[in-house]
Amino acid sequence: MFEDGTIFNELFIERLNYIIYVILLLIGLHGMIAKNNLIKKLIGMSIFQTAIILFYVSVGVKEGATIPIYLPEHDPHGSHVTNLEENSSSEESHGPVALDADLVKGYANPLPHVLMLTAIVVGVATLGLALALCQKIYQGYGTIEEDELLTKIERQEMRSNPSVAIKSMDSSKMTTVKLEKSVSKPKVSSSPSTQRPNAKLKAEAKTDSSTTKVKTSRVKSVSSKTKPMASKSTTTGSRASKSTTTGSRKSSAKPNTAASQSRTKAKPKPKAKPKASAQKTTASKLKSRTPKK
Amino acid sequence: MKKISLIPVLVVGVLLLYAADDFPEWGNPTAPASASSLSSHFISNTGVDTEVPNMVTAVLADYRGFDTMFETVVVFIAGMAVLAILKGSSGPFSKNKKYTSSIEPDLIVTNTVRLLVPVIQIFSFYVLAHGHVSPGGGFQGGVVMGASFIMIALSWDLETALVRFPLDKCFLVAALGIILYGGIGLLSMFLGGEFLDYAELANILPVSREMARYHAMLGVEIGVGLTVTAIMFALYANLSTEGKLKGGL
Repeated sequence: MFEDGTIFNELFIERLNYIIYVILLLIGLHGMIAKNNLIKKLIGMSIFQTAIILFYVSVGVKEGATIPIYLPEHDPHGSHVTNLEENSSSEESHGPVALDADLVKGYANPLPHVLMLTAIVVGVATLGLALALCQKIYQGYGTIEEDELLTKIERQEMRSNPSVAIKSMDSSKMTTVKLEKSVSKPKVSSSPSTQRPNAKLKAEAKTDSSTTKVKTSRVKSVSSKTKPMASKSTTTGSRASKSTTTGSRKSSAKPNTAASQSRTKAKPKPKAKPKASAQKTTASKLKSRTPKK
Repeated sequence: MKKISLIPVLVVGVLLLYAADDFPEWGNPTAPASASSLSSHFISNTGVDTEVPNMVTAVLADYRGFDTMFETVVVFIAGMAVLAILKGSSGPFSKNKKYTSSIEPDLIVTNTVRLLVPVIQIFSFYVLAHGHVSPGGGFQGGVVMGASFIMIALSWDLETALVRFPLDKCFLVAALGIILYGGIGLLSMFLGGEFLDYAELANILPVSREMARYHAMLGVEIGVGLTVTAIMFALYANLSTEGKLKGGL
């Protein structure tokens, strides 16, 4: 393939512009696929766009041609500044004539430039819109990291309709159901034995399999990351702290700090409602919490 | 995850490089993009159909006038959407910073901007008005004009810029630009031509049909410039303050 260097010559000497655009395009594509941060995804999208624009412009290059603006001597209507007298007389005689083929070779194709001009404008518009959406997402969830976002959204879904989540799993394993309940509260950095079924149940509850596959592998790291934020959310309302304490009591033997924290915080509360550990009440409570979110 | 994502990226790269072998080489005048009948038609006939020497402007505003009109509408819709998303938005994690700018605007910066902004704005008018005979046009002039307002917002604060160009006026101006564009198109339709067939404007303008297209293109570009100016500034004002229009960068 490379013995006489023809491929190499063709690809890397005569078509270097394509190599550059391919490299830029791959950088943008990788940024869009692999990065978790939404802003970084947008940067990847911009690089991708730039690669496409460069590709079009480089295709529009013509050897020995100038920019697509008529030189005064080629303008069929003549220069607008000089030779007005001569121009009008010549127009009377035979009118403006189209450029002949020799002169056409002297100008680059205007079409790629026009298309890329509009593409740049649309790129700005989409980028502005995407940034606005990112700001909105941050306001709602406090993060623009994609994996953290997915876990948060999933948690909210479970809070809003726990019945669906319960139905989707085995009725025989009541212990796992209880654990499932406790998922809604954040300090999941518990012992690995309880961690594992949680992740599995989550994966079941979710319909999209491709995303959950990733998530099960990294639930642990994510949960540890989101811990401070989530523990903040437990302190926001008395109801929230109540539900978390019931959850933590059910999955009782947990030595982690977050659980004990939330328990101590909500110390006066459980006395008021001693039977709150019943499943139904927690479910209704969780349901009532959702409009606040 | 990152390792897995490399696989489709590399596959796409290999495919593109494989296809690049079939592309014309750099600057080849016989390449399809340069030798197509469309290209030669634009180059040879733009001067006959219109009196615009800048073929890019002619193609943008006349041959592809429909496309450019909706391009402007896209920009307008993007500005409206950003406003709709961020207006009065607040969530549990929205910034609760007290937007009190304790730092006075820098003397050197503000005075430099005070000198620069009029020049920038005059230059934007030049770029806009000379889009037919030299590189430039509505989009470029509008972006330069919007940048001048953003410069004011950056050197003083957003309030100072919003006094000069309030946000409600922004969207009024943006809508006015689209109305100007569409109005010229409709006017040429009522004069007996097709939508955006500027040559019919020669019936009411004391010029030839080619020159009527020239002037109509100028009007269209002014419409585009108005919209782009307003939306650029509106995008900045909304995005830099999460829609609160107070404080900001």
